[in-house]
Amino acid sequence: MLAMLGAVLGLDVVSFPQAQVSRPLVAATVAGAFMGNALAGLLAGAALELIALETLPFGASRYPEWGSAAVVGGALFAGQPHTTPGALTTAALAGLATAWVGGWTMVELRKLNAHWARLRLEALGRGSQRTVVGLQIAGLTADLVRGGVLTAASFLLLRPVVRASVSLWTVNAGHSRAFVAALAATVAAGAAWKIFHTTPGARWFFLSGLAIGLALLGLR
Amino acid sequence: MTATAASTNAVPTPVLPRSTRLAMFFRLLAIQGSWNYEILLGNGIGFCVEPALRLLPGGRGGPAYRAALARQCQYFNAHPYMAAVAVGALARAELEGEQPARIERFRTALCGPLGSVGDRLVWAGWLPFCSLTALAVFGLGGAPGAVLAVFLVLYNTGHLGLRAWGLGVGLERGMRVAQALGNPVLRQGPQYIARAAALMAGVALPLALHRIVGSGRVLTGGVLVAVALGAVVLARLHGRVEGWRVALGVLAAFVLYSVVRHG
Repeated sequence: MLAMLGAVLGLDVVSFPQAQVSRPLVAATVAGAFMGNALAGLLAGAALELIALETLPFGASRYPEWGSAAVVGGALFAGQPHTTPGALTTAALAGLATAWVGGWTMVELRKLNAHWARLRLEALGRGSQRTVVGLQIAGLTADLVRGGVLTAASFLLLRPVVRASVSLWTVNAGHSRAFVAALAATVAAGAAWKIFHTTPGARWFFLSGLAIGLALLGLR
Repeated sequence: MTATAASTNAVPTPVLPRSTRLAMFFRLLAIQGSWNYEILLGNGIGFCVEPALRLLPGGRGGPAYRAALARQCQYFNAHPYMAAVAVGALARAELEGEQPARIERFRTALCGPLGSVGDRLVWAGWLPFCSLTALAVFGLGGAPGAVLAVFLVLYNTGHLGLRAWGLGVGLERGMRVAQALGNPVLRQGPQYIARAAALMAGVALPLALHRIVGSGRVLTGGVLVAVALGAVVLARLHGRVEGWRVALGVLAAFVLYSVVRHG
């Protein structure tokens, strides 16, 4: 079931329908719900989402594949009590590692699609409807399989590693979570600067928002 | 303009059946299904235009249909959502019987604007804004369902609306669609959305961070200071390092440290 979820959410990243159900916040939460703990999935998803803010899918650029990765990260975190020291840290690392590998698999898929298109250029030049639809279906199917295999392989490979790491964990639970949160928020803040620094007045909007955010935090 | 007017007069403006428009819209959701480094979106454009081409004289498989489909499957690059504008405009141009050379030139000219407008409006504007809004709801203690609903409903209202608008305006204006790209939403929108996203980034970051940390304000305060320092370093290294790679390396080192210390 998890592999199917990873396949469907991996497909959403680029191929179909790009509704952003593959964003970590969504994908990890759904994976958490599959494991019986949506809230844990949401926590892992929020950490990964902060990091994913930096990697926007511009054109032909290479970026991590967050859909399948967030399923793996969310499921690994939700699969253990979320107060376990090191659980969020290791799950986030597993998610990031899967995203990295997933990015590579997307590049390979694009090369495979190019190979298939090159073989059929003559038929495309003749305006063959069968070829056009066939290439589209082949690409979609390959992407679906890619996401499913990636999710299954990563989950099966990383689950024992995460469990072993958590059993040997020495840093206390609070500091471990704080470390992940700090790292993720740092990347997000850097991403915010990267995306908005060329927009006139954006820094003032950011600072105003920060004041509101801190005030809300103080009121809680 | 003269040639366009002449051909428009020669062939009546096509009216697409609802089923054809719907088929084109749903195919747009899979426009990047065969995205590749050879022809990029080319095959996807052909795939989406194809239902309209069946209305050409001779029908599906006829000489006009095959020539038009072959033209539409050539190299094309654009933002996937904004490609809806191209799909609509190219379908109308083909159905109006525009000269092939003009269609090809028009097709090439569309790539740049549809790519840059879409990237600024969606990837660098709408997506971060929706993501940060959902993170703010999360930080305020939102339940999983509420966070997901806020993100998915907000994002896809814009996403599906943009695709539907693009297809509609493309079909309506055909080769005169360039005027539509001067729409204030497309010209000024990215700037306003970027400002709103910057505001939301400020609101969301401390709240989301506090909820992930999950313990007292003292720890959150310390983490906020560390984040500010780290963000300054990342901003200074802009273009030289990618934050997610740094996060991967630092997190791996931290896990190793915590585990190795056990022995």
